[in-house]
Amino acid sequence: MRILNKAWLTCASTILLFVGISYGQQGTPDSAKPLAKNVKEKVPGESELDKAPLKVRAKPNPLVNDPDAAAAGRKLFGMHCAECHGESAEGTHRAPNLRDSEVQDAPPGAIFWVLTNGIVWHGMPVWSKLPEPQRWQLVTYIKSLGSESRSSTSH
Amino acid sequence: MLSRLSLGFLLFSVLAVLHSSRCSAQENPYIVAYDHYMEEPGSLEVEYFSTFGTQRGGNDFHAFWLEFEYGATAWWTTEFYLDAQTTFHDSTLFTGFRWENRFRPLKHEHFINPVIYIEYENTSGADKILKEIEGHDVEADNGDPNSIARHEHDHELEFKLLLSSTHKGWNFVENTIATKNLSNDPWEFGYALGASRPLKLKATPKRCNFCGENFIVGVEMYGGLGDRHSFGLKDTSHYLAPVAAWNLPSDWTLRISPGFGLNDNSHRFLLRWGLSREFSGFGDLVGHLFGARP
Repeated sequence: MRILNKAWLTCASTILLFVGISYGQQGTPDSAKPLAKNVKEKVPGESELDKAPLKVRAKPNPLVNDPDAAAAGRKLFGMHCAECHGESAEGTHRAPNLRDSEVQDAPPGAIFWVLTNGIVWHGMPVWSKLPEPQRWQLVTYIKSLGSESRSSTSH
Repeated sequence: MLSRLSLGFLLFSVLAVLHSSRCSAQENPYIVAYDHYMEEPGSLEVEYFSTFGTQRGGNDFHAFWLEFEYGATAWWTTEFYLDAQTTFHDSTLFTGFRWENRFRPLKHEHFINPVIYIEYENTSGADKILKEIEGHDVEADNGDPNSIARHEHDHELEFKLLLSSTHKGWNFVENTIATKNLSNDPWEFGYALGASRPLKLKATPKRCNFCGENFIVGVEMYGGLGDRHSFGLKDTSHYLAPVAAWNLPSDWTLRISPGFGLNDNSHRFLLRWGLSREFSGFGDLVGHLFGARP
């Protein structure tokens, strides 16, 4: 009986811990766009692109001419990234807008580097668990968002 | 107790139905070994695992456990286990709980990536999930009837150094284990090794269940390394187990692993399988329930 009590006590403390963490760190993504604007100054995530080593920044995207890469990247984005970055990568209170010029003007190698290494101390997980070709597919999709945005602005 | 467990499971099933998650898991196939990847922050993964084991000098058994794995941050994952087992021609009983925490100390990816693992476990001698093999754990330890084994209590602190590398789609893991039973037993040691790779490295553009990228296959090997007084392979058990995971786009992951004992001290055969589902945004959901504001 003592073991059961301890088990439920520990379970309850763990749940409380979770609640505390969640309460402290997160909220409701009611209006993603304005929040993304606010978060932009606070989250140093975007500047992480500048930290990519020169050798990696210069790495070309091997899938740049692959006609399926952006579509596959879009699927992967929906599966792994949309939860934080938003369905259309417009940003949420948890992660920045990937249509921003800072991301779109960054070399593909730098985006690949951030995907691989994550921004662990600021909440972005490491995505090296996705095989390299899948990370390049994601880079292709993310870069394609820039041309989408440009074409929608010109119309 | 079982009704409480059922209630908990029902609660999570309801959450699963109500909360439509958009994040899909890319889970490794290991059941014993660990890689260096943390649970995504704010995500809760609910996992059920089973181990069927043959037993010489006793009855075969089916041990099972529930895991609740939560990504507290991108560098800290915490996990709570509830263990139970059925010994055939004997009985079914709850055998204890574990609370594990994994910490990623380094900021960036490296050739070898370390993770620090700390676990407290409060189990009975009847626990047979064999989630880790350490010290002089041998098959004969699990031969006692439940009525006797349940009276032994283990309060253990377990430390692991998890090393993991990813190269060209392959993942390699090397885990070393050090366990201290808090009732004045000596430190015990163990290991787990693993390698795995997805069947296909590139993703297909369409959502699919049977694409090669959804299947990850590999192998793991684990066993004991004795204790502080008698370190080494003498009187230890070791296993080799092919592993496979099927990551479904609907966030479910299925794992299966037939394990084979490598020496006379090992169970001859262990069949493990598991089912898990990831609930992304669980932290947000809970925060919302408690009125958190962005």
